[in-house]
Amino acid sequence: MNRRTIRTDVVVIGAGVVGTGIARELSRYDVDVVLVEREADVAWGTTKANTALVHAGYDADPGTNKARFNVAGNAMYPRITQELGVMYKNTGTLVVATAPDQVPHLNELLERGKANGVPGLEIIGRERIVELEPFISSDAIAALWAPTGGITSPWELAIAYAENAVDNGVTILLSSPVTAIDVEGGRAVRVHTPDTTIDTQFVVNAAGLFADEIAGMVGARDFNIVPRKGEYYLLDKRAGHLARHPLFPVPTAFSKGIVVTPTVDGNLLVGPNSQVVEGTSDLDTTAAGLDEVITGARRLVPSIPLRDNITNFAGLRATAQPSGDFVIGPANGVPNFINAAGIQSPGLTAAPAIALEIVNLLGEAGLKLVEKPDFNPIRPRPARFEEMDDDQRSAAAARDSRWGHIICRCESVTEGEIVEALHRSVPCTTLDGIKFRTRAGAGRCQGGFCGPRVVAIIARELGISPDAVTKKGGTSRVLVGPGKQQCSCSCGKCADEGHVGEGETHA
Amino acid sequence: MRKIECDVAVIGAGPAGLAAAAKAKEQGAQRVLLMDRDRELGGILNQCIHNGFGLQLLAEEMTGPQYAEYFIEEAKKAGVEMMLHTMVLNVGADRKIHAINEHEGLMEIQAKAVVMAMGARERNRGGVVIPGARPAGVFTAGAAQRYVNMEGYMPGKRVVVLGSGDIGLIMARRMTWEGAKVEAVLEIMPFPSGLTRNIVQCLEDQGIPLYLGHTVTRVHGKDRVEAVTVSKVGADFRPIPGTEWVIPCDTLLLSIGLIPENELTLEAGGKLDSVTNGPVVDDEMSTSIPGVFACGNVVHIHDLVDNVTREAWAAGEGAARFVTGRQPSGQTISTAAGEGIRYVVPQIVHTDNLEARDVRLSMRVTAPADRVRVEAVLEDEVVYSKAERVVRPAEMVALTIPKGTVSREAAQAAAAAGHKLVVRVTKRDTAAQGGNKS
Repeated sequence: MNRRTIRTDVVVIGAGVVGTGIARELSRYDVDVVLVEREADVAWGTTKANTALVHAGYDADPGTNKARFNVAGNAMYPRITQELGVMYKNTGTLVVATAPDQVPHLNELLERGKANGVPGLEIIGRERIVELEPFISSDAIAALWAPTGGITSPWELAIAYAENAVDNGVTILLSSPVTAIDVEGGRAVRVHTPDTTIDTQFVVNAAGLFADEIAGMVGARDFNIVPRKGEYYLLDKRAGHLARHPLFPVPTAFSKGIVVTPTVDGNLLVGPNSQVVEGTSDLDTTAAGLDEVITGARRLVPSIPLRDNITNFAGLRATAQPSGDFVIGPANGVPNFINAAGIQSPGLTAAPAIALEIVNLLGEAGLKLVEKPDFNPIRPRPARFEEMDDDQRSAAAARDSRWGHIICRCESVTEGEIVEALHRSVPCTTLDGIKFRTRAGAGRCQGGFCGPRVVAIIARELGISPDAVTKKGGTSRVLVGPGKQQCSCSCGKCADEGHVGEGETHA
Repeated sequence: MRKIECDVAVIGAGPAGLAAAAKAKEQGAQRVLLMDRDRELGGILNQCIHNGFGLQLLAEEMTGPQYAEYFIEEAKKAGVEMMLHTMVLNVGADRKIHAINEHEGLMEIQAKAVVMAMGARERNRGGVVIPGARPAGVFTAGAAQRYVNMEGYMPGKRVVVLGSGDIGLIMARRMTWEGAKVEAVLEIMPFPSGLTRNIVQCLEDQGIPLYLGHTVTRVHGKDRVEAVTVSKVGADFRPIPGTEWVIPCDTLLLSIGLIPENELTLEAGGKLDSVTNGPVVDDEMSTSIPGVFACGNVVHIHDLVDNVTREAWAAGEGAARFVTGRQPSGQTISTAAGEGIRYVVPQIVHTDNLEARDVRLSMRVTAPADRVRVEAVLEDEVVYSKAERVVRPAEMVALTIPKGTVSREAAQAAAAAGHKLVVRVTKRDTAAQGGNKS
């Protein structure tokens, strides 16, 4: 492979919600930015597998980075999601006490929240709880009501941040894991990926689960990332009415506990548990973990129906040790290498505020920040058939017949939307990429119906063979080759060994 | 927006919709409109290229596409109007339908009667909660069937099938014929859930092992499936620790049941049966919404397409009778599943019809049994019964009560007193039967 060398002002490593947010905020200025990501798409680390909550900010101890950026980020959500066309609902959240000895903890949270500057907190009694949540456990006796809490779509936000960044001049490199960073004279000067060398003035480490490894590349591994796994159930929209607000149990020292929450799409989401795991790739759900999750969730909402489960997944929280707090600031001894690491919960909420802080820190470190006159903060929400009224649907189908062709029946996604998603400013090349952008395959049949149809559209639009389409990049091909009738070889081996492709021979 | 009026609108052009539409037209409905979201008529039959269709109804062994073709011709001859690539978005209780397609955009269709014939979807991994990783290579059997038979591509080369449903069995054989190695079929129940003929022809004849009382307890692989862990299950269907072993494979096919596709029915306000997951219907195949009928897998999951067609004829006739003012009078009696029966369809029978026509009840048994009687019981009295040599949950049982067996008056009196027409299975007394081999 030919290596290429490019030159930039800032390399941002990691295209989760933190890295994409930083790239977008930097794109306001006359600065060259390259955003690099190891996965085939943005948002595929911790960003795609969490509880999708906008926290009010009463959890973290006053004075911590978590407390500061949570409250600041929360306040930014209405505007940022409006600018970027991302779903956000300011539902308010409840921490529910189900035993008398838990009530004092609610008061602690209330006081902590006040100290953190969280507005509107109050303790409510059973009557109000039942009014807000008709399906709540009969054990619920009191709750902390946080009116500034809410729900959003983390991957929508990261995709929108990335697209808006690219629209404003940022370069994005996907499937580009950072393999080395050169340090010269106490500064990070060069970032290497398998096919590109990037000469740079500054590096931002937003590498999530890999942030300690990346910091180690400049000799500044001052923290370790300890992944903690959380497992989830995602239930059918039929069960979406069982919670109207995110419902938390009274937290423990390690976790905010197993949450029952509506999603912005109308599903019910249940989880996570919390388990320290080895390595950064263990995303397996387990029978014991899933049992723990459903048992915990039913303490808050006893009637959660397992028959409405549509999928399970697990996410890894990037917890920084020893501090346990967000690691934000220049690395020791490498002043042009800025960490945005250890961004576990409430990281999604904090991300917009962290992005602003990282830009400030880069400025303090010497990056010249001159605002671009042509910066466009608006990234319109991609049109969705499901969200249209009858007149809009008629007009869309009249303009382009593909908008009259429904591919995903569960979520009412048209061919028009899928084609559009494949040709936006951040490349989308996979089945999962289409799912996260359009919801095709995210519904109750989980792609059983639309999967083959979406594969065919991706192949057609990208000009590749259907058997080259992957679920999520790398070696995750959906199909392994043509069937016997399709194979035009006369080699006689394809049936046993798999078709090897035009002009190639079996080993 | 284009507006259309019709007598009967049929949603779904699979075997149920095709037969219902043709029958409605034959029975006097004027304009009958048949809609399907797919690119061709025939529904899922198009990807069922194996044979075994039509043996009961047409006394001929056909492939899926041949069976479809036969009923497509019937519908065309009857004068049914057809719309492909057309997705129905919603159906109102007033029988007003919103649909969309590429050529005409959004349409509003006012029908005098609607027949729901949307079929079923496959239960997927979330439905049975299989722990482990989430790589590519986990497919429902029907999706894999579409890839192989319609698109011409192989979803994998080394396969484990979870569930012994008919689609899974058919696909085990199909994948074998296409050059894949099928390592095992696992069934959590102690008995197969597919037809006996499929167990024999698709597994035994191909040398594929079937493990009853086993399930998949973990999926391995980051990008693509690399293996599955399987375990024996106990009487509570939970895995028994220590019985697990790992089967290397690149593909897991799921054949773990079908779920009637009733989103439209629910939205329209139709009442569902919690056992069948389909609408509650009467013997005209009317749902709880006047003028809205249903048939096929949308009502309950069928074993043979022949039974789908029979039920669809009843729905088509019911719809035609409704639009021409020939429906039976309102008196009804409920049916109920008794000992050994999981459910009975229809759930409601018109007392008029009990007197005037043969009434066919379809049911599934709860467990395999041999030498039994299937009995219809009214107020503790067996009013009709038939002997069955063997009954299995995988195979539907039908009991057709000949007209007049129960009089209108007797049925009405029983219903008024709160009784139901109960169907049950009883063990035949071998001595008393004296070698009767019915």
